Amino acid sequence: MVDYLIQGGRVVDPAQNLDQIADVLIEDGRIKAIGPNLTPSNQPRILNAKDKWVWPGLIDLHVHLREPGHEYKEDLASGLKAAAAGGFTQVLAMPNTSPPLDEANLVLGLLAKAATLPGAKLLIAAAMTRGRAGLELTEYEDLKAAGAVAVSDDGSWVADGQVMRRILDYAFVAGLLPLSHAQAPDLAKDGLIFEGRVATRLGLTGIPAQAEEIAVFRDLALAELTGRPLHICHVSTHKAVSLIRAAQAKGLKVTAETCPHYLFLTDEAVGDYNTAAKMNPPLGEMADRAALREALLDGTIAVIASDHAPHSVLEKEVEFAEAAFGITGLETTLSLSLELAREINLPISRLVTLLATNPAKLLNIEGGHLGIGAPADLTIVDPTLEYVYEAEKGFSKSHNTPFNGRKFQGRAVLTLVDGRIRYTCPLVTF
Amino acid sequence: MYTENLLWPKDLIDLKGLSASHIIAILDAAESFKEISERRIKKVPTLRGKLVVLFFHENSTRTRLSFEIAAKRLSADTLALASSGSSMAKGETLLDTAKNIEAMAPDALVIRHSASGAPSFLGQRLNCPVLNAGDGAHAHPTQALLDLMTIRQRKGSLTGLKVAIIGDIAHSRVARSDMIGLKILGANIAVAGPPSMLVKGLAEEYGVDVFHRPEPALEGADVVVSLRIQLERQSGRLFPGAREYARVYGLNAARLALAKPDALLLHPGPVNQGVEMTPEVYQSPASQILEQVTNGVAIRMALLYLLVDNPDLVRDGQDA
Repeated sequence: MVDYLIQGGRVVDPAQNLDQIADVLIEDGRIKAIGPNLTPSNQPRILNAKDKWVWPGLIDLHVHLREPGHEYKEDLASGLKAAAAGGFTQVLAMPNTSPPLDEANLVLGLLAKAATLPGAKLLIAAAMTRGRAGLELTEYEDLKAAGAVAVSDDGSWVADGQVMRRILDYAFVAGLLPLSHAQAPDLAKDGLIFEGRVATRLGLTGIPAQAEEIAVFRDLALAELTGRPLHICHVSTHKAVSLIRAAQAKGLKVTAETCPHYLFLTDEAVGDYNTAAKMNPPLGEMADRAALREALLDGTIAVIASDHAPHSVLEKEVEFAEAAFGITGLETTLSLSLELAREINLPISRLVTLLATNPAKLLNIEGGHLGIGAPADLTIVDPTLEYVYEAEKGFSKSHNTPFNGRKFQGRAVLTLVDGRIRYTCPLVTF
Repeated sequence: MYTENLLWPKDLIDLKGLSASHIIAILDAAESFKEISERRIKKVPTLRGKLVVLFFHENSTRTRLSFEIAAKRLSADTLALASSGSSMAKGETLLDTAKNIEAMAPDALVIRHSASGAPSFLGQRLNCPVLNAGDGAHAHPTQALLDLMTIRQRKGSLTGLKVAIIGDIAHSRVARSDMIGLKILGANIAVAGPPSMLVKGLAEEYGVDVFHRPEPALEGADVVVSLRIQLERQSGRLFPGAREYARVYGLNAARLALAKPDALLLHPGPVNQGVEMTPEVYQSPASQILEQVTNGVAIRMALLYLLVDNPDLVRDGQDA
């Protein structure tokens, strides 16, 4: 296999407190050396990274790849390719497929298939409960042995507290990260967007912020009861942020993620019934956006994830009430994160922590750092490259995004997965 | 006539975005069209050869009849599509249906839909004018216009009038469109209903006073708009029961007496007599409910004229 020498980039690796101009030498798919002016003995291919940033490969903790069952929206091949194009080297796929990923065989099959595909590496969150019905636990030890790294019933909250308590205990012992889609279904029922002025104006049933707050509070109480780790997905409200911050102050092993759309948009983005702004949890208000940004700065939220949720026109070009929830995000998350970092003065090492270091730590997987001997998962970022994002030209099969046509500054220009180039931006030559 | 120096949108989805001049022009046009309905031969050739498709994806009797009569009195051909029995019942999407309607080259599409936003969805995708005949809880602009016409006929002007709107504001497209239209013409609005029938941000979004009891809203009102209570919502979630609702929020003679002596009573119909109002109030001289129905035809004639066959009208991408 080809070896690479990435020359002269700004190498950022929070795991080893590294932020300096250096070369990175890659041999046999692993990181061989990092340092200024490396002179390799063999003949690696040179990648000129001058004025670029060299990061550990990004890891997306929350994606929907739709395989099996809804391959017309996305499949492993298109989703993993889109991930690589967005700078991600590993993605955690949610189990709300058809059938749901609630058995070891399904996990084995998907991982085997993904290993043959030229894109990001697949990680799997298996279903927390059988059929994602919230009633009976799946077999965590078997799922772990098959290769799953987390459990989730994403799309639904496990409303039964006794079941969730057992989940936290069993997931801990099996070594799986439990992910909670924290939203009380009774309050969110029939809801289409955030319950606020826009919902009132448009005559749409609202989802109150308290649907998330109540579910987060219950989940935190169970994390305290069990003393186990818990990860809260796609946090969207300032109320949830406050609860999580307080729980962490008490010493609970609770982590949280949010998504770029909650950091940039509010319910006003729904505008004239724009289904590309319909997602669950719904876009909140400015106070929520502000609290989420603050939570990234102070570390309350540990991860930025895309919640990549591809849907076709069949689900989106319909009446607003009929439209599916969710937007794509694999190909916009990094650019939006870079924009955010500039807006809120988030240090670049913090950004890398949110997008790579922390996701790897939470899942206890290889990757997320540039240590010698680690798999050569790297993302090379051009922080100044300006481009207009056109969803139609992306790698995802679906184009449901409110960010279509947005002008960005900064993006992934080269993505290496296990030492192989899985994406090169056509706007750049190396 | 009526429309000098006014730019008109292609569609009528909502009253939002219209100026007072637009609304006055519509009301003025409706006044002249009203006269046609009083003639022995109730028909003019204005829209001869034009096709108006009435697409009702939700049950409606009076609004559909009103649009149909309006179109026919203007000599348009009408075609009624109901959801049950049509291809919508066979799983055809709204977009597909719309494209098929478009292929039949109608000159206007009138749509009633249970989903908020459906008329806007069609308006963005069809070349012909789309007239919203009521969508979900969002808007019912022709109802609001006929309300404004009815009020103006009796009161002369709406500026400074106090209008009380009583009932289920949360689920009411009539209330939303009334609030927008009344505000544009300078009326003051007080709304009242049980908390489950109000929604967040009403005061901020519409500039209205919000009450949980009808009395303060009715106090000194020039106009009272009573909204229909959908009895099927009485599942214990929205409200405990019709009997109690009638006792606390229903309009009876004593409550109506809180309004000005010459106050007008409006209701979009059909009225649940004994719930929203007593039969006595329904039949009282204040009641404008049948006048509203008459004015509804005139308003819809005016709108069809203004949006379909208005020689002064220039729209984006079209010749005059």
